[in-house]
Amino acid sequence: MSVFGMSRTIMRNLFSGPATRLYPTREKEPHRAARSRGRIEIDIEACIFCSACAKRCPTDAIIVSKTDKEWNIDRLRCCTCNACVEVCPKKCLAMGNRYTPPTVTKDKDIFRQPPRPPKEPETIPGA
Amino acid sequence: MGTRTVIPFGPQHPVLPEPIHLDLVLEDEKVVEAIPKIGYVHRGFEKLVEKMDFNELVYVADRICGICAFIHSMAYCQGVEAVMSVEVPPRAEFLRTIWSELARLSSHLLWLGLMADAFGFESLFMQSFRIREKIVDMLEEMTGGRIILGVCRVGGVRRDVPNDALADIVRRVKDLGVEMHRLADVFLQDDSVKHRLVGVGVLIRDQAAELGCVGPMLRASGVSRDTRTLGYAAYGSVDFAPIVEKDGDSYARCAVRIRELFQSVDLVAQAASKIPGGEVGVKVSGYPEGEYHSRCEQPRGEVIHYVKGDGTRYLQRYRVRTPTFANIPALLRMLQGCELADVPVLVLTIDPCISCTER
Repeated sequence: MSVFGMSRTIMRNLFSGPATRLYPTREKEPHRAARSRGRIEIDIEACIFCSACAKRCPTDAIIVSKTDKEWNIDRLRCCTCNACVEVCPKKCLAMGNRYTPPTVTKDKDIFRQPPRPPKEPETIPGA
Repeated sequence: MGTRTVIPFGPQHPVLPEPIHLDLVLEDEKVVEAIPKIGYVHRGFEKLVEKMDFNELVYVADRICGICAFIHSMAYCQGVEAVMSVEVPPRAEFLRTIWSELARLSSHLLWLGLMADAFGFESLFMQSFRIREKIVDMLEEMTGGRIILGVCRVGGVRRDVPNDALADIVRRVKDLGVEMHRLADVFLQDDSVKHRLVGVGVLIRDQAAELGCVGPMLRASGVSRDTRTLGYAAYGSVDFAPIVEKDGDSYARCAVRIRELFQSVDLVAQAASKIPGGEVGVKVSGYPEGEYHSRCEQPRGEVIHYVKGDGTRYLQRYRVRTPTFANIPALLRMLQGCELADVPVLVLTIDPCISCTER
């Protein structure tokens, strides 16, 4: 008689607690291996605006403007394939292991490099 | 002869994970004929090929389908590698094997869950998904993606997994094997489950072969045919035999998939124990010129990727023949003469993946 095949599993579940989380109140911890492809992060200070990432992007999610010192990403287009991270010459792009939070607007994430302080004119000693 | 009624089934139906439409011609409660209609999720993938770099196309091949994602990208890469005569390093071949077996585990557990849902066993559905969640967690740990792994590339794989991490994965998969045994007992021995599956949708050996079935559908009817026996990736170095059942009914198809779960656990362990060291990818230069049929075994059956390049960075022609496409004629045959209440179960036994089919 195998009508009670499930009963053992049910008993175990009664005492082991739920296998799920109450999502909005308890978010998933980032994966322990930290390899998870969550979203692209940029260290804008180190960026040289070479556009290599934008050229490699298969979904055209990245737009780089050298004149405005601006780096944009459309998070809804990005397929987190990691191609931009692999191609970045300055290694200023990184794959973060947290996902982009849900959104109701189709905004781009814009990163602007703060203007650098002008270089001090070199003073010639004795001049 | 009673009055004939036509009942539309789908494209939106609680039991269907993806849209397929069937016009069911009924006489009382019996299905006399089923007329399929597909085309709801066509995305023009074969046209896209003409304007997408062959290296970037891997990302799209990965997204043909959500469940057999990795095997699609692997079949595509194998095709391009064969055209370009690229030798893939053995470590990459073994990693591909391990990931395709884990993808198979995740797909079969998903199917078991959906099947349980189709015959109204909600808690069994939850149990299948609980186990599957651990498999996708492992995939995330190794590759960074849960479903769409995005690790395959022309010339190898994009990420390596250290040997000690692989050993840990094998240990955890084997532990999950114990939980799968408990799940399998319910599926294969519980009376209420058997009542819905045994003798439903029988497809005898000759019919299955004649209608061109592939994968678990074919093997459940007693034909021992599995594309993995061709020895692509590292399947030539691991020891396994296709799993075959005789009866050809829904229960046999369920049994084939359940036995394949344990086979996959064993294959992951074998591949991890034999994995050689070394590089995981080679640099590929030049453009593909020539044509190739790449064949792989997906959880649903044999998939064929036809790749044709003309020496430019865009492929000239690319076609995917998916297993669900091959199994739809058999589904229509099975539906003839079945009860209306069995239709959801029968549609699910072919493990339909419509997004794959329509690309």
